[in-house]
Amino acid sequence: MIEKTITVTVNGEVHTRTVKVHRTLLEFIREDLYLTGTKEGCNEGECGGCTILFDGKPLNSCMMLAMEADGHDILTVEGLEKDGKLHPLQEAFIEVGAVQCGFCTPGMLLSAKACLDEFPDASEDRIRKEIEGNICRCTGYNRIVQAIQVAAEKMRQDTLIVNKP
Amino acid sequence: MSASTTIPAESLVGKSLTRVGGRDRVTGAQRYIADIKLDGALHVKLVTLPVGHARIISIDTSLALQVTGVSCVITAADLKQPVPRFGPSFNDRPVLAVDEVKYYGEPVAAVAAEDEDSAEEAARLVQVEYEELPGVYSVERALASDAPLVQAPSLRGNNPLAHTNIINEWKLDWGNVDTAKADLVLENTYTFPMISHFAIEPFAFMASAKDGGITVWSPIQHPFVMQRIIAHVTDLPLSAVRIIAPDPGGSFGGKAYPKFEPLLALMALKTGRPVRLVLNLEESFQASRRASNQVWVRSGFDHQGMLVFQDIRADFMLGAYVDIGDRVVSKAAYTAAGPYRNPNARILARSLFSHTTPSTAFRGFGVPQVSWAIESQINQAAEKLGLDGLEIRLRNVAHKGELVIPGGTPADGHWEQTLQKAADAIDWGTPLPSGRGRGLSMGMKPSATVLSSNVLARLHMDGSLSLLMGTSDMGQGARTVFVQLAASELEVPPEKVQITMGDTSIVPFDSSTSASRSTVFMGNAVRLACQDVMRKLKEIATEQYGVAQGEIQIFGGKLHFAGRSLPYTTVLKDYFGPGRGEIIGLGTTRARFEPEHPLGGNPAFWELVAVGCEAEVDTTTGEITIHKLATVTDVGKAINPQQVETQDAGAAIMGLGHTLMEHLMLDDHGRLRNAGALDYRIPTIKDMPGSLHSGLVENQDGPGPFGAKGAGESGILSISGAVGAAVSQATGVIIRDLPLTPERVWLALQDKANINPSAIHSKSLDHDSGVHQLADGLK
Ligand code: FES
Ligand code: FES
Repeated sequence: MIEKTITVTVNGEVHTRTVKVHRTLLEFIREDLYLTGTKEGCNEGECGGCTILFDGKPLNSCMMLAMEADGHDILTVEGLEKDGKLHPLQEAFIEVGAVQCGFCTPGMLLSAKACLDEFPDASEDRIRKEIEGNICRCTGYNRIVQAIQVAAEKMRQDTLIVNKP
Repeated sequence: MSASTTIPAESLVGKSLTRVGGRDRVTGAQRYIADIKLDGALHVKLVTLPVGHARIISIDTSLALQVTGVSCVITAADLKQPVPRFGPSFNDRPVLAVDEVKYYGEPVAAVAAEDEDSAEEAARLVQVEYEELPGVYSVERALASDAPLVQAPSLRGNNPLAHTNIINEWKLDWGNVDTAKADLVLENTYTFPMISHFAIEPFAFMASAKDGGITVWSPIQHPFVMQRIIAHVTDLPLSAVRIIAPDPGGSFGGKAYPKFEPLLALMALKTGRPVRLVLNLEESFQASRRASNQVWVRSGFDHQGMLVFQDIRADFMLGAYVDIGDRVVSKAAYTAAGPYRNPNARILARSLFSHTTPSTAFRGFGVPQVSWAIESQINQAAEKLGLDGLEIRLRNVAHKGELVIPGGTPADGHWEQTLQKAADAIDWGTPLPSGRGRGLSMGMKPSATVLSSNVLARLHMDGSLSLLMGTSDMGQGARTVFVQLAASELEVPPEKVQITMGDTSIVPFDSSTSASRSTVFMGNAVRLACQDVMRKLKEIATEQYGVAQGEIQIFGGKLHFAGRSLPYTTVLKDYFGPGRGEIIGLGTTRARFEPEHPLGGNPAFWELVAVGCEAEVDTTTGEITIHKLATVTDVGKAINPQQVETQDAGAAIMGLGHTLMEHLMLDDHGRLRNAGALDYRIPTIKDMPGSLHSGLVENQDGPGPFGAKGAGESGILSISGAVGAAVSQATGVIIRDLPLTPERVWLALQDKANINPSAIHSKSLDHDSGVHQLADGLK
């Protein structure tokens, strides 16, 4: 089987691995790096469970080959927590009750992060649009939207504090 | 010290503590089955046929065995003979197909290999010669006199129905339907499609044989049912069978009963290696579903809208093996007449075999399929009688203490309050924006019967508490509720309570996590276990300090007697010596088995919901927009309101799925045509109603802790009836088949447009025998 050596930055850490050319990025993350927070729901690009940030943009990792990630920067759910402190989105998801079984949660969080990174003042409609590709069978979505709004507010406050002269 | 200074035991009850396990779920640390690595595990791939029904002529595994990395290929012939069969109610399902394939997706062979790629390649190379046979893919075919028999009569013992495709018939009859006099009689047939659970986590299983025993990993809702079944297929004692059940990534009934775990257990024993099987989404679709059904119903009302009789016949297409399906049908039959005073009713519900995926438990457990018909009838009657959906229900709904079924559990709540709240939530009675319609419905589900639950509570020397129990936390948040209950009872901080679940070798027996029973039955057991701890604390204090037990009071996390107040830690240290012991409490609850009762006993409570909906229909596309959706549930007491509301919201949206879009479709060969997230649509965020309200009624009148009743399923019970009524009010057309897809609505609108209005009127009258004279008489 044809293989290729790739170097990928995942959650700030540089990994160099040899992968089979048909290995998906999702398989690479879950099986080679054993970062199992990224979920496989459909393996067809339809559920959003495998969402990661690829150079900051949300992407279904089941739809990309690992070798295509060579030289790129990836963020998975494991990279959201910093120094033992949860990301405001993670906190809000718990607080608001946006998590039930939790299987869709990692993908949701990353789509949400991409949304708030690009649109810190995202309207409710914008938030809904940006997580359209993530399916949840448990919650009925409203709490997820609410959690993202709560996190956005918190992040705006934090930015204000940081930027204070 | 007077009791008034104590911290009330319910201090944490009714508070929305954040989810226990929430942190792991947002950091990715939560391990679902597919995330667990078993060293040296072989990967399993199932071999299936592209048809729903076939005779297996031969299976050639020689090519597959040549693939590098393949360890073995197993067919039925390689298993002990006769091939073990299993099921929660009948042992009818073979571990691998024997002679015949009876549903699309039933494995004829299984490959085990060192890696997934080799397993997949080898599975493709297994050559099966087969002859496709005519299949039973619909209710009509199952009942046709020339239909093939799905199950061999020899496997059905002395069952008088053995030579039919009828698995069982459930009959309830009270009053006299034939002589009851009604002013309005409506007779119609309704259908409800096959639905996929579509938990976002696909099925995954592992097994490993060691030291004469077997360990099976499964996202199973009922680990102890699994243990019994694995013991049965492996001939091992229960003590040698360990089920590890990590929290499922959603289940909704789909993971309630065994699927391929028995096969994996036998493969692990045979190969001496751990084995692992992770299904892809398409295979997961083939592994579980909700039973479709067809309901014929004749409902009679007097001119004031009072129900006079209901004559109901419901045929459920269960699938190739019974699984828990016949129990689903029994419960559907039991509650078919709804939460109303029913003077006369005749109910016949039949469980049918078909060459399709075995249906199983699914949130609502048979109720949504019947409620759709019954509630639609009531809405149509209201319209014909010049009443509205609220008024007709207020007249009929059972009041607290009144019977809904002779000899059954009486109405156990103020259901009229629940109904009124749902109506209020969608502004019932206020002027309706043009082009919109409103509808109401109610749903009632019997809770669990025949069961037992145990909790072990270990009070440690540092004052922290461990609870061991067999409940599964699949997203409903059971752990959180139990932490709240235990922390309240013993008055220890909630963060000092740890819960262990999901391992039959550690936790004591529990029947199941089903029928919304855990908060009530396991919740009561948690309190009993904590009370047992307190009783033992008093016992040791008596021995240690020479004080009479009656003089000891426990509150505030301390023992109080003779002017002293000792924390638990001091009592434990004084009695056992520093670091030398703990107190273990046991709590047990049970619902008695009544063999003559159709459900095995009267339900401990009813799960009761009222639903309101406001909808609009785009007449050019047939598309339905849900502006408002409200469910109101009588939960007795919400131990954790946030969790109850989010359960209800999730259940309501799931109900909206089967009402508006979801249905599994088969082709002429019994193959699933729409497995997958895109082809089988479930609600995405784009499908959310304009507003979604999840209301609660809390009169603290349930049998659970602090008057709680079960919750979590109610939201799904009766969405369809309310939406259907709103759509028919908005459009003037009545649709009796779910889902209400744009295509179906559009066609119905075309039909209406193509006939002149008076013709429509008389057409519907033809359906509804007995209406003519009444329609005139009422004006
Ligand atoms: S697993 Fe990648 S989108 Fe579903
Ligand atoms: S929380 Fe279970 S799928 Fe979203």
